[in-house]
Amino acid sequence: MFEAAAILILIAVFLVLYRAVKGPTIYDRVLAVNVIGTKTVVLLAIIGFISARPHFLDIALVYALINFIATIAILKYMDTGGLD
Amino acid sequence: MAIDILLLLILVIIAIAAIHMKDLLACGVLLGGYSLIMAVLWTNLNAVDVAFTEASVGAGITTVLLIAAISRTKRREDDPSPFRHKVQMSIIVLASTAVFVFALLDAPNFGDPNAPANQHVAPRYIHESSHETGVLNMVTAVLASYRGYDTLGETTVIFTAGMCLVMLLRRKNE
Repeated sequence: MFEAAAILILIAVFLVLYRAVKGPTIYDRVLAVNVIGTKTVVLLAIIGFISARPHFLDIALVYALINFIATIAILKYMDTGGLD
Repeated sequence: MAIDILLLLILVIIAIAAIHMKDLLACGVLLGGYSLIMAVLWTNLNAVDVAFTEASVGAGITTVLLIAAISRTKRREDDPSPFRHKVQMSIIVLASTAVFVFALLDAPNFGDPNAPANQHVAPRYIHESSHETGVLNMVTAVLASYRGYDTLGETTVIFTAGMCLVMLLRRKNE
């Protein structure tokens, strides 16, 4: 049951990966990688339940918290041409 | 099992795409996604703290450092190298791949309990680490207690590298 859910989410990652690789603008890729990060959070929770260790949920929460750092850096670079 | 194969497939696709891309900013973004998938793979292998490091350093800090480097240099990769260089590089890569495959033929099977790596100190870690260190996760016990000095050395190296990066990326006229 949980494995089926995990495989479905991985198939969704493949769909988003097409946009991340294909492209055309940088914003498509940023959004795609951000969605991959969100799917990673769900995937971690599911893997925790597959291996019967539900405290992986905490790790999934921390991932959700650090997911946005790279996105903010990229958007700041696109906005001002630097990170200062 | 199917989950592992799908995760590894995603890794290979992202790696090839990042090599072929000419826009270095897009490469940095893709490598952030690579680190996220890699972190899931580590978690699936029960190495939770390695997964933590991978996600925070790989997807967070490394992407920011790459963008900082791009903003100090330029965003486009140079034109491809001439055909002669490509041939030379292909020969070197194929030769080293052949050497690695030849070396792998002698390696023990994956997960073989009689392999030398599983006979040396692994039984002691499995039996003793819980009450010798008080840490429940075996990987964490090895990293932070048995190999504490190694980890301290690694931290020193990473700190030095971070200091060098700050010196390199700092603006001159400030």
